[in-house]
Amino acid sequence: MTPLPPQFDDWFSARGWSIHPHQQDMLDRADAPALLLIAPTGGGKTLAGFLPTLAELADGQHVGIHTLYVSPLKALAADIKRNLRTPVDEMSLPIRIEDRTGDTSATQKKRQRADPPHILLTTPESLALLTSYEDAPRMFRGLQRVIVDEIHALQESKRGDQLMLALGRLQRLAPGLRRVGLSATVEDPAIIANSLACNPDPCEILHADPGPEPDISMLVTEEKPPWSGGGAAYAIPAVLEQVRHHKTTLIFHNTRAQAEIFFHNLWLSNTDDLPIGIHHGSLSREQREKVEGAMVRGDLRAIVCTGSLDLGIDWGDVDLVIQIGAPKNVKRLIQRIGRANHRYNAPSKALLVPANRFEVIECIAALEAAKAGDLDGDPPGPGPRDVLCQHILITACAGAFSADELFAEVRTVGAFADLTREQFDECLEFCATGGYALRAYDKWKRLKQINGMWQLRDPRASRNIRMNIGTIQDTDTLKVRFRNSFKPLGEIEEGFAATLTPGDTFLIGGQIVRYEGLREMTVEVSRNAAKKPKIATFMGTKFATSTQLQARILRMFQTGDWGGLPDHTRDWLQLQREISKLPEADRILIESFPHNGQAHTVFYGFAGRNAMQTLGLLLTQRMEELSLNPLGFVATDYATMVWGLDPVTDPAPLIQPAALRDGFETWLQGNAVMKKTFRAAATIAGLIERNLPQNRKTGRQATFSSDILYETLVKYDPDHLMLDITRDEALSGLVDLGRIEEMLTRTEGRFDHVTRDRVTPLAAPLMLEVGRVPIKGEGRELMVERETQALMEASGLDNIDLPPSSPNWRVGW
Amino acid sequence: MNAYHFTLSDVALHALPSGALWAPDTGTLTVSDLHLGKSDRIARRRGIMLPPYETRATLDRLDSLLDVLSPRRVVCLGDSFDDLDAADSLDEVEKLQLTRQQAGRDWIWIEGNHDPGPVDLGGRHLMEWAEGPLTYRHIAKTGSMGEISGHYHPKCSLSRGGARPAFLIDAQRVILPAFGAFTGGLRASHPVLQALLSSDATAVLTGKKALPVPYAATR
Repeated sequence: MTPLPPQFDDWFSARGWSIHPHQQDMLDRADAPALLLIAPTGGGKTLAGFLPTLAELADGQHVGIHTLYVSPLKALAADIKRNLRTPVDEMSLPIRIEDRTGDTSATQKKRQRADPPHILLTTPESLALLTSYEDAPRMFRGLQRVIVDEIHALQESKRGDQLMLALGRLQRLAPGLRRVGLSATVEDPAIIANSLACNPDPCEILHADPGPEPDISMLVTEEKPPWSGGGAAYAIPAVLEQVRHHKTTLIFHNTRAQAEIFFHNLWLSNTDDLPIGIHHGSLSREQREKVEGAMVRGDLRAIVCTGSLDLGIDWGDVDLVIQIGAPKNVKRLIQRIGRANHRYNAPSKALLVPANRFEVIECIAALEAAKAGDLDGDPPGPGPRDVLCQHILITACAGAFSADELFAEVRTVGAFADLTREQFDECLEFCATGGYALRAYDKWKRLKQINGMWQLRDPRASRNIRMNIGTIQDTDTLKVRFRNSFKPLGEIEEGFAATLTPGDTFLIGGQIVRYEGLREMTVEVSRNAAKKPKIATFMGTKFATSTQLQARILRMFQTGDWGGLPDHTRDWLQLQREISKLPEADRILIESFPHNGQAHTVFYGFAGRNAMQTLGLLLTQRMEELSLNPLGFVATDYATMVWGLDPVTDPAPLIQPAALRDGFETWLQGNAVMKKTFRAAATIAGLIERNLPQNRKTGRQATFSSDILYETLVKYDPDHLMLDITRDEALSGLVDLGRIEEMLTRTEGRFDHVTRDRVTPLAAPLMLEVGRVPIKGEGRELMVERETQALMEASGLDNIDLPPSSPNWRVGW
Repeated sequence: MNAYHFTLSDVALHALPSGALWAPDTGTLTVSDLHLGKSDRIARRRGIMLPPYETRATLDRLDSLLDVLSPRRVVCLGDSFDDLDAADSLDEVEKLQLTRQQAGRDWIWIEGNHDPGPVDLGGRHLMEWAEGPLTYRHIAKTGSMGEISGHYHPKCSLSRGGARPAFLIDAQRVILPAFGAFTGGLRASHPVLQALLSSDATAVLTGKKALPVPYAATR
């Protein structure tokens, strides 16, 4: 137990505070090798994590780094630095605190390595980079504690796996290292505790008082929500009214594009000129810092934001959280609500604003689940091997290593505890030679073994490896700035930029700008007063509605207990029941109707967006085999809609469980999700480089599609490690085969097929759904052929120089 | 197999969906920018170890053309090797495959910017080559007539579907897409290509079928 030095007691009492029980618990167990604290946001969680550090550093005896704090967000690191300063300055503690993120200057970073602060605040990626330097052992010698904040958020992605591998490394450099995890409320804390501890160390779990029940409701508006779309523009007057009646409001959106549109519309209606800001990950650092500063000073009445503000950043006096769009996941809803009313023991206040009619149903289901404390979640899979490959390369950058020692170190990471030596060696072999059956690279291998120790063949390779550190898959983005200005406005996807022609307008940072041109890989824009912008398609993570929420929705349909629903939504469901029928949990509803001259079929599988996407791929493949000429599909959390040249008259052969499962293996190899998964895994594992701005200065595309690499491997080296990893990931992660299986078991091939002459009420929202997936099959070939033919005819080229005796083009022979 | 039939300086030519050019009257098959040994060069120079199968993937594609067409002559229009060292990196299996392909026919390696010197493999090695009114060279020259070239790896897309490698054809010249497996591309609308081609040029998209579109309509 660490006794609290006297100045701490004085400080607490001077503020009229007493130490929270969980903060005392943390102090009492400060010597534990691993500790996990579960506390609601605002429960003094961060201070609970740092108190033992501050106490240990109070005597000024410690030299070098003492505590490493890792958070998923740069903003969080900056925020914690600010918050920690208060107690440190007020108690005059001799403690140096610095942060280190992608935003830290190069000089500062260099100095930090030579002379690290007592407390270093960083992100998983910056930490991974630090461990790649040869001086890492010197820098981290003497490290006592590591605090992983918002560990529940990291846990859900490969960033968490990368972090835990880095901690394994740190533990070897500083054997006395103690680990602390801070987490919001989660359904299964033991899973997180297991991933945090240095396997097989135990990890005690402490619970703070969860505080009073949150006050959550759905925002009722005069205006009815639209049939589709995610903008929730209809609710703007009502949202503004709420902002007026509260001190500070956070307005959460599920995607960046939606946040931009909403913010834009909000300003158009903001006749009182209420100070409202916007904050999301695509904005430039300057923009974000400006908003963060204004928020801390209390200058803003509301912030329109996305997940970048999702985590426990202390923004002071937030007394209302508004969630625009269905929260998709009850756990995340609870965490967002935790943002409101940052005073401990005061109920959080939150309003849900459904963006469309279907989301009304989702919101009601989420409210019920939140009230029942029914949190959702799926057990994690084994540690991802692409991240392990990157870790091996990072280790090699830091210096020569022994495979035996590294293997032992990796096995101390919970997620990799069951990794076999064979699997490890395969990853090492991949890093060394590419791991190809054709041993082409024995001459040019990346790692070689000298006296039993592995090291880089060419030490210069470390530069490339460091540049590719990280597991977040950024789509390639371009900076945006005003012409004749150096100040960046933010970033847009390269793919989106490619679709722009001068004169096009789009939204960024809440303003409409006009595209002027591309200059040295920067998008130049000018101010524009247009009312209707072409909208930037920022990539935002699209979350799938959880299994638990879907089940609630289906139950709601079946019971017909629609008392909680507003009239408009009840009427809509009733209309659907009259015109077609409502989906049931134990059978699949299938609707077919013509629309815009193409045959449409909707499968209501209720398996979540990812699984419904996979179902779309499986269904269209079957349709291709049956010559139904599918052209594309779109998937939402509850349905998959397929369209094509020919109508589906008998869905039975399409949705037979056996046929679907059979088709899966064949399908898996050729599908787009696999290629996307391959691209992500291959980038993380270091097979292909990130498309960094400095690599694409010329207009010429130096790189070629990773699809070609994938197809080549499938054909010439089908047992290659990267294909194995891709298959694993696709099955467990992106593709959500598990949820397809769940749907198949739930429905066992039972279905109802309804044919109508036009779009049904429940299918209407699907018509405007974004994220349509084109099928490059026979139907598409037919369409492209028709388009080229039409273009030739339109230009008159098909009649020029055409000798009557010989056909001009497209002649089979 | 389908193809886009056209004439250049009165010589009948077929733009094949695979990206190769076939002159039926002379039996000459032309392929451009094979970039054999590209993965070896990338590993050597940058330490990135791509699947080392692009040489056999490219040669396999060429095999299937040779089987169907039995050309009297094959012209490789430059950048056949990713660099001169890459030519030496071919393994025995790949060299044998190439030798089989060369057997019984005239084989011309045109020099490219990636492979500006002779390679230690069969076939003739030329800066450029003329056959009747046609000139085969790696990089197009402005003002030339009846010119067949490669180098730029042109690709283009329509409003639907992704970018596909494409032939660019006008009355003076044809620019071939890259035939190699691991090759990127340059948008057909790039100013460099626009400067070479007349506005009434035709782009022929490759893929399952050879699909002609007006060059002006491509992106």
